[in-house]
Amino acid sequence: MSAHPLIHLSRVKFLEFVREPEAIFWVLIFPVLLSLALGIAFRSKAPEPLAIAVLEGAGTDEARRLLAADPSLRPKVLAERDARLSLRTGKVALVVIPGDTITYWFDPARDESRVARLAADAALQRGHGRSDVRPTALREMTEKGSRYIDFLVPGLLGMNLMGTGMWGIAFSIVTARSRGLLKRLVATPMRKSHYLLGQMMGRMAFLVPEVVLLVAFAHFAFGVPVNGSILALSVVTGLGAMAFTGIGLLVSARPRTIEGVSGLMNFVMLPMWIFSGVFFSPSRFPDAMMPAIRLLPLTALNDALRAVMIDGAALPSVAPELAVVSLWGAAAFAVALRLFRWR
Amino acid sequence: MIRGPMIDIALSCEGLVKRYGDVVAVDGVDLAIRTGECFGLLGPNGAGKTTTVEILEGVNEPDAGTVRVLGRTWSEDGRALRERIGIQLQETQLSEKLTVLETIELFRSFYAKGLEPQEVMRIVQLEEKEKAWVRKLSGGQKQRLSLAVALVGDPEILFLDEPTTGLDPQARRQVWDVIANVKARGGTVLLTTHYMEEAERLCDRIAIVDRGKVIALDTPAGLIARLGAEHVLEIETGTRPDLDRLRGLVDVHDLRIDGEIVSLTVREVHRAVPALLQELAGQSVALTRLTTHHATLEDVFVAMTGRHLREN
Repeated sequence: MSAHPLIHLSRVKFLEFVREPEAIFWVLIFPVLLSLALGIAFRSKAPEPLAIAVLEGAGTDEARRLLAADPSLRPKVLAERDARLSLRTGKVALVVIPGDTITYWFDPARDESRVARLAADAALQRGHGRSDVRPTALREMTEKGSRYIDFLVPGLLGMNLMGTGMWGIAFSIVTARSRGLLKRLVATPMRKSHYLLGQMMGRMAFLVPEVVLLVAFAHFAFGVPVNGSILALSVVTGLGAMAFTGIGLLVSARPRTIEGVSGLMNFVMLPMWIFSGVFFSPSRFPDAMMPAIRLLPLTALNDALRAVMIDGAALPSVAPELAVVSLWGAAAFAVALRLFRWR
Repeated sequence: MIRGPMIDIALSCEGLVKRYGDVVAVDGVDLAIRTGECFGLLGPNGAGKTTTVEILEGVNEPDAGTVRVLGRTWSEDGRALRERIGIQLQETQLSEKLTVLETIELFRSFYAKGLEPQEVMRIVQLEEKEKAWVRKLSGGQKQRLSLAVALVGDPEILFLDEPTTGLDPQARRQVWDVIANVKARGGTVLLTTHYMEEAERLCDRIAIVDRGKVIALDTPAGLIARLGAEHVLEIETGTRPDLDRLRGLVDVHDLRIDGEIVSLTVREVHRAVPALLQELAGQSVALTRLTTHHATLEDVFVAMTGRHLREN
């Protein structure tokens, strides 16, 4: 007795994927390499002292001595011409001009320049006898989850769920259409819905290795936490993968060539790479754009992934994001069914 | 036309018309294919064979005309009919990264009843390739796999569109063996081809199709008999002979010019050749080549249309 056609269609979809070495690379290996490269490039560094200059002249030695007492500053004495050049090219954050009135020569557009001015002023004022009026204490944040890599990994995961879902579907469907295979399949008693569901199920089968590999790598290589439950992470990645499979079906509903579907695919994915908070927070865009950005499926998915992995959120608190993701998937699937070209 | 219930018609169509823009691909085709026969649509490329057969298969829709398959229509019983027919489309490329067995199992799963994959592989002689990827198969093996997935639902009617196009002679003969095997099991087969040898060898009846119309329909022998003579003499000469005198020679039934070649249809070679040689000598025309062959469907097609089945 033969198994249900849906089982065969899913199995075939899965086999075609695992027999494609390029697909394995882009889906499983590439995200890991990307997180490795970005994790190294943006690794947390011990804070280094700020290089500042003291202008040559009367009072230079005393000023240099007082500034050097602050471990966060590294002063050196420069003549005016060198000082100007060093400040302009960012080699020093600040130039101190000693005198009865101490002048701070700095670039107000640079964060480190402003920080250096405040630190230098405090060091000099204290050195000249100013005392603090209130005691203060310091407490340093060292918890995992606040670094760039912690921000990045959920974003890469979301981006990968999008890319794999869409490419994995589009490539096999458009290839089958261009080779006349779709036409041949609908000349059998096969149900069309079985074919489309088989595509989705076959794609879901490699969701597990895809998520586990990236999350485990990020955890062991960089200590990226999974603070939420495995269940919550599974639900979020599962819904995300399904939604992008639906969008992939929609994008591949009509094109007859790989070239045609590639253009469409980039048109759909490119805005989300930029706006949806993969590499940097979307809050850098103007506030007026935020409502639209929040409605993008990848923004919602990335927000939910970050909430679960980093903030340890439970499922109910990411319900709005999951609703956005699911609605996109369901709507895209429904439209795809209507538009789908079988020959 | 009305058919009595005594004649068992597996597949029929009346008044089929299909246009693509200004081009009329199918121009009023009527056919009736009997249960258990192998019926051929023979014609050159672009004659409308594929469009006709795709309309009969229910994968294309006619602009006008009716189709009945196993007594049913595609619009009313499409899904039930899909279970009962097997199709080989022209130029279907099956998934390259699946094995022969996986491909057959996939197609088998679509049918409520049918043949075991092992049985199908035996019929198309691909048992040894069971675990080979489709990509690794030769052209002939791919074509036999495509036959296998058409057979896997144990169809009552098998549709084959140009089953041997592009194959070398040996691979072609292997496909013919498979089709002959299906015929022997009592299946009804409709095939299109532009190889007259294929049509003569496999088909019980043949419809010759040209420019969207059926221009002749008979058994292969019946079609050849229409030439009125069974042999074709082809000659090439140094200078053009007086054709009217050749036409008047004893036993010459028909004469045609095809470039440098003059071809004569004759009943009896042993009477026609001496007369021809004598006449050419009398005209002082040097003979550079003389061949003779049994009349074929190609000759029938040329006689009816003035053109060849294959342009080459």
